[in-house]
Amino acid sequence: MHELPVTQSLLKIALDHAEKANARQVTALNIVIGELSSMVDDSIQFYWETIAKDTIAEKATLHFRRVPAELQCMTCFNKYHPKDGELICPQCRGVGAKVISGEEFFLESIDVEN
Amino acid sequence: MTQRISVVENILNANDRLAEENFARIEAAGVFSINIIASPGAGKTSLIEKTLPLLKGKLRVAAVDGDIATSIDTDRAAAAGAGAAVQINTGGDCHLDAVMLRGALDQLDLTQFDLLIVENVGNLVCPANFKLGTHKTVLVASVPEGDDKPYKYPGTYRGVDALVVNKIDLLPYVDFRMDYFTQGVQVLNPNVTTFPLSCRTGEGLEAWVEWLIEHSKK
Repeated sequence: MHELPVTQSLLKIALDHAEKANARQVTALNIVIGELSSMVDDSIQFYWETIAKDTIAEKATLHFRRVPAELQCMTCFNKYHPKDGELICPQCRGVGAKVISGEEFFLESIDVEN
Repeated sequence: MTQRISVVENILNANDRLAEENFARIEAAGVFSINIIASPGAGKTSLIEKTLPLLKGKLRVAAVDGDIATSIDTDRAAAAGAGAAVQINTGGDCHLDAVMLRGALDQLDLTQFDLLIVENVGNLVCPANFKLGTHKTVLVASVPEGDDKPYKYPGTYRGVDALVVNKIDLLPYVDFRMDYFTQGVQVLNPNVTTFPLSCRTGEGLEAWVEWLIEHSKK
């Protein structure tokens, strides 16, 4: 549900950058979504089709690059991918891990036509 | 000609910037502020209702309540002794954002208060993504929700500064393993301050109230 304001924000950032580059059309958005970011790409796509209408980004394709979650245990320094329903370190069962990746949520680049 | 333009901009940047402005404003007025998030029914409003009388004569409190509709929660906060209570009806949005809080701050004379309590919309996912600009985020969990919630909502549990575990009076009746729950929280948030309590019986409220007073007087 929070994807609506998120998609509006995404459109605004894309249009701002396109305008700065004097683009005629935005053809693609390259978005990075981490596994832990609680953003749903299908939902962003759904809202995009409505809100990008009648803008120069109307025909843009949304490309999502997903970044898997990686945690590092701060006890034994083992790096691991958290399993469903279990976040503790599989090696030493320690708690207090650091998130190395998976929380990303940003617009990496846009493709435009001048 | 197709051209690729590098952007690398956090999609929630606009909200984050506004949250910083809110923070500066609250800080300048010398107010301590908390953003309370929880799933519906965990006891956000009950916690505020039980907390306010215990702060009477100690802290001047303003409450901001976010709901999709109705002013039930604001009415409850006002009845419990909030010096001011502002309702934000999000009209369908499942969370508060920094713009909405800014609108609420406009309706308050912050210099008249020591503590600002913001009650977010009942939801365990979306509010975690939208910073408001408060000093601390407090998550209210409750025993009947189950002990697996930190595992299911890691993003939310990881981002909070304090954790209230409400309805501990129900522990004898519910399969809730406190050690499994605590472990799930500590994996990603080892330094979180935890307050097990019951709004119904009043058990544990004292430590929570002490925490609020201590931070508000800094």
